Amino acid sequence: MSADSNDDAKDDGIYNRNSHPERREADRRGVDKPGDTDDAAPGRVRAAIRREIKADDDQNPGQPVGDGKPIIEVRDVYLAFDRPVLEGVSFVANEGETVAVVGESGTGKSTIIKLILRLLVADRGEVLILGKDIENLTYEQALEIRQHMGMVFQASALFDSLTVFDNVAYPLREHTKLTEDEIGQRVREKLRYVDLDPDEVTQLAPSELSGGMQKRVGVARGLAADPKIMLYDEPTSGLDPLTTGTITNLIMKLQRDLNVTSVVVTHDIRSAFRMSSKIALLHEHRIVFFGSPEEMAASDDKYIQTFLGGY
Amino acid sequence: MALLERINSGLRKKVFSLQEAFVLAWNAIRFIFARPFYREDVIQQMDAIGVQSLGIVVLTGFFTGMVLALQSAIQMQRFGATSYVGSLVTASMIRELGPVLAGLMVAGRVGSGIAAQLGSMRVTEQIDALNVMGTDPIKKLVTPRLIAALIMLPVLTVINDVAGIFGGNVIAKFYLQLPSSLYWSTVWDQIASGGFILRVIPNDFIHGLFKPFVFGGIISLTACHFGLRTTGGTEGVGVATTRTVVTASILILVTDYFITQTLLALLPS
Repeated sequence: MSADSNDDAKDDGIYNRNSHPERREADRRGVDKPGDTDDAAPGRVRAAIRREIKADDDQNPGQPVGDGKPIIEVRDVYLAFDRPVLEGVSFVANEGETVAVVGESGTGKSTIIKLILRLLVADRGEVLILGKDIENLTYEQALEIRQHMGMVFQASALFDSLTVFDNVAYPLREHTKLTEDEIGQRVREKLRYVDLDPDEVTQLAPSELSGGMQKRVGVARGLAADPKIMLYDEPTSGLDPLTTGTITNLIMKLQRDLNVTSVVVTHDIRSAFRMSSKIALLHEHRIVFFGSPEEMAASDDKYIQTFLGGY
Repeated sequence: MALLERINSGLRKKVFSLQEAFVLAWNAIRFIFARPFYREDVIQQMDAIGVQSLGIVVLTGFFTGMVLALQSAIQMQRFGATSYVGSLVTASMIRELGPVLAGLMVAGRVGSGIAAQLGSMRVTEQIDALNVMGTDPIKKLVTPRLIAALIMLPVLTVINDVAGIFGGNVIAKFYLQLPSSLYWSTVWDQIASGGFILRVIPNDFIHGLFKPFVFGGIISLTACHFGLRTTGGTEGVGVATTRTVVTASILILVTDYFITQTLLALLPS
């Protein structure tokens, strides 16, 4: 029953027990290393990735890497339904970091988000959110911890019986004591933040919006209660390249302005390289790589190269 | 072996599903008394379940009353007992046909609607979204529908009964040429002949109101159960809808028998 069976003593880097020692070392070095490792990665794929990362350097100057305190820790998690889904998965997202979880379809990427939200409970291992072990929480306690998180769903998951305004206002009405005026102000502020005109969209039904606009309303709703953690499930799937860019920029803007910690599950490796501080690559139920985009691009690992080869 | 295993896993799924249904029912009932109360949702659902079902309930009640009067008149003419047609229509409508008909109509109209709505919410991740935003979907979606159905089904049944008795009156007046005053006096005689509880509440009314109350619970909980456990995309929504209507209808007819049996034992005329 107790939600505080955890303590800060656990925040000692155990989360990396499943990754290669050299990768942990690489993590500590961070993204601001000189580009010399790039020389070890010839080929068009890596050149393209380097260009992508460099192009975003100006837009994303204050990207904190590994310096903040751990906000999300997944430690040696095992999960199986009829067959294994995750085996010994560990990674950490520090304050202000964006961790992209990439991998082939059906490798359990979205399951990781469900574990973080405690919509699922791991068979073994720990998931710590803001230093609290969430595995042993009651249902009511889990609902409470979820209030610190904002989630953007693959299909937006806006409530189709409510207007855009009511959708964004939902978490505020549900969990805060704000007056309707204050809620109105906050909703308009969040809609403006995601580049939507409140006057145009607030009274529309979600079905009247385009896919990209729905996604942005989804982000605004996720942001409404000012969460410390944002989770994205395939935020760019099914969107055209331009809208994909807009959503990717929005995720980066959130990280830059609000210092939220984000986990992005995606198969869009291009966006992942642009927006993330770290990338976790899932393959056959395990994380086979966890490190910065540069390190991933520079890796000689055969599977990583094959995976990036599609990019 | 393979066959045995398949039967085993099939049975296990059924038992789990039944268990889930009971857990859902227990939580939905428990949340009636727990904060936060979603009053607006309850009112919205009372409108959807009750007010919007008025039309079909009045229509089916009226025509059932007419056909009852017509059929019984043909039989009664042989004994020269046509003046008792009001009694027969009243007894049938209040005790049996009113509750069952209203229940079946609402199961078809509202049960399918609830299952389809919750099923779509499930497959488009809106249920997950509720969970993620710290709202218990049972409290937000199931309990308001349960409360609304528990209140509105008895109301609809009373309206159904009245429409049926009026339908009988139309046939009595225009087909059997019975004066309305005679028809209505036999209606009251019939209600009184069932006996009273506490000297004022006719036993018939207890039968007639307790049944729809139970049916309201059956319809809303069955629909929410199948809706919330929808899988398999839009096709799954269709399956959930069909299962809801079939299961709720069967449950209504089966429980109707047992309630009648119990009430007859408890409240002898």
